[in-house]
Amino acid sequence: MTTLEAPKSGVARLLERARDAFTSPKSGPVLVTAVLFIVMFVAGGVRYNGFFSATTILNLLVSYSYLLVLAIGMSFVIISGGIDLSVGAVLALSTIIAAKGLQIGMPPAVVIVLILVCTSVLGLLVGLMINVFQIQPFIATLAAMFLARGLCYIIAKESIAITDPFFTSMAQPIILGPRLSITASVIIALVVLVIAVWVLQYTRFGRTTYAIGGGEQSGTLMGLPIARTKVLVYVISGFCSGLAGLLYSFYTLSGYALTGVGGELDAISAVVIGGTLLTGGYGFVLGSALGVLVLGLIQTMITFEGTLSSWWTKIFIGALLLVFIVLQKVLTSRRA
Amino acid sequence: MKDVFFKVIGHRLFWPLVMLVALVAVNVIRVPGFLSITINADGNLFGSLIDILRNGAPTLIIAVGMTLVIATRGIDLSVGSLCAISGAMACSIILTSSDPHSVGTVTVAVLVALALALVLGLWNGMLVSVLGIQPIIATLILMTAGRGIAMLITEGQILTVQSTPFKFLGSGFIYGVPVATVVAAVVLALVALLTRRTALGMLIESVGINPEASRQAGVRARGLLFLVYGLCALLAAVAGIILTSNQTAADANNTGLFIELDAILAVVIGGTSLNGGRYSLTGTLVGALVIQTLITTVYTVGIPPIATMVFKAAVVVVVTLLQSPTTNAALERWRSRPKSVKPASRPSEPAVVR
Repeated sequence: MTTLEAPKSGVARLLERARDAFTSPKSGPVLVTAVLFIVMFVAGGVRYNGFFSATTILNLLVSYSYLLVLAIGMSFVIISGGIDLSVGAVLALSTIIAAKGLQIGMPPAVVIVLILVCTSVLGLLVGLMINVFQIQPFIATLAAMFLARGLCYIIAKESIAITDPFFTSMAQPIILGPRLSITASVIIALVVLVIAVWVLQYTRFGRTTYAIGGGEQSGTLMGLPIARTKVLVYVISGFCSGLAGLLYSFYTLSGYALTGVGGELDAISAVVIGGTLLTGGYGFVLGSALGVLVLGLIQTMITFEGTLSSWWTKIFIGALLLVFIVLQKVLTSRRA
Repeated sequence: MKDVFFKVIGHRLFWPLVMLVALVAVNVIRVPGFLSITINADGNLFGSLIDILRNGAPTLIIAVGMTLVIATRGIDLSVGSLCAISGAMACSIILTSSDPHSVGTVTVAVLVALALALVLGLWNGMLVSVLGIQPIIATLILMTAGRGIAMLITEGQILTVQSTPFKFLGSGFIYGVPVATVVAAVVLALVALLTRRTALGMLIESVGINPEASRQAGVRARGLLFLVYGLCALLAAVAGIILTSNQTAADANNTGLFIELDAILAVVIGGTSLNGGRYSLTGTLVGALVIQTLITTVYTVGIPPIATMVFKAAVVVVVTLLQSPTTNAALERWRSRPKSVKPASRPSEPAVVR
């Protein structure tokens, strides 16, 4: 750009800056998602009575706090250039362990620790497979998915209800005001979100994660702890899937082997719609949170519409996924 | 002697075949009559091995298409959804026709279902070749949306069909051999002839090794990608019709659920590298047989069938670990130790599969 242009007015400069932000592969997709979210929210408010309210947003958070946690774990993996197909199955495994553990009389604290340790160890094994044996993330996590799903069936075929007082108390709404309530799960999910944002933006580990996604070899040459970080990313994803399963069992108060079929797709969709580049290196956890809200809003609008059947959700999510992938492609190719 | 040993052990079909033989052995120990094939009153072949061939047919048919896709360094996750879509399409046409029992109706239904799948396959091909989207993600879109499309066709119902010619496709027999097995054999033979007796297979492999270099060398990479994704979708539709016909019902949610994983597993067990550029249809056949035999073994040994997935996970882990670059490098080191100490580790090289 030449410097000999006439001085620009404030508005022109602002427009230029906005254009730069929207066309950058880093922030462009997130901004588009934010605009989309606002447009959907306003459009819903115009179309349906009682849609445009804080209640809708809080309900979204209550219903999708588990997906938020899943998407946070998935963000780490995708930013590092990997993918984790096991999250839905690990979520189901976590609900099953919770329900079965409580059924046979384990105290809630033990059950929770057991779940988080099991799922983190599973993540560790996956990470080691990928890192030590150089197996593609896709295949290693596929194996983990089979394993987790199979273990679910072995532990319990049928759905088990949870009656434990601690779990039921976690399901109780926390009243914030008239018609405004959240659950403890929302608070947990938001805390995880804050921690994830901090870890990715302000720690060495976070920066190394971005570096792996941006270019593993350059990272190695710069002496970054690539191997350790790569393994840890999958441990985080496993931990998050376990925690998400815990939140899901708070929400549904049951454990069932078939929960979360396609959960990995929802999580990946949320991350991609939230602007994380599938090839790694770019992305924000807050974007993924926005992606979760957009997915939730689609579902809410379809519920409000009433005449549209639930299968439209899948078609809409698929279409949205396509739009965002193409958008990413366009933005990155222009910069390249 | 050591060289012969390594030649045998290094053959890409060695471990899959060992696994297959081991599984069959377990079955024979458990059920002494496992290997016997009899001819029943209707003149049809009958026996556990025939069951394996018949039940494994849909997986094999899809795995054949998947092999070619993986050979181009791609992957197709949408095959399960395509099964559901084609089954739903065929069933809904048969249900709405005035004469569900006529061969003409069924032919039309099958052809329309195949055509629809072909269009969707070309859509996948377009995303991968024209837009340059990573195959996992490009086909993820149809995997997510495809179940929705199938539900759109069935209007959320499970469509049950009563049609003799349609039922024949899934559970009939031709000269005593199950139709599904015949179809799988024909598909395997046709694809093998098409790709191995012409240059097509080599061109597909060249695209898998380096699409850009292939294009510059005059290989029409884009057209080839359209071809493999279209073919894979078409074969998924064939499998979907067999599955639907076997159950005489189209279930948008459950037809072909997880079959993409079985198909990928069959291809990987068969020694085709996920890094593309090299494939073996024989390997895929062995892989599909291993998976189906594994499922049967789980039944005969008396383990709850739902545990099958854990065993599949074990198989994936064992096979991929055996094929992993690290293992190969270790093997290489051991092999070359007595002569000279070569720098055995080649970290930048992708999976070396022999």
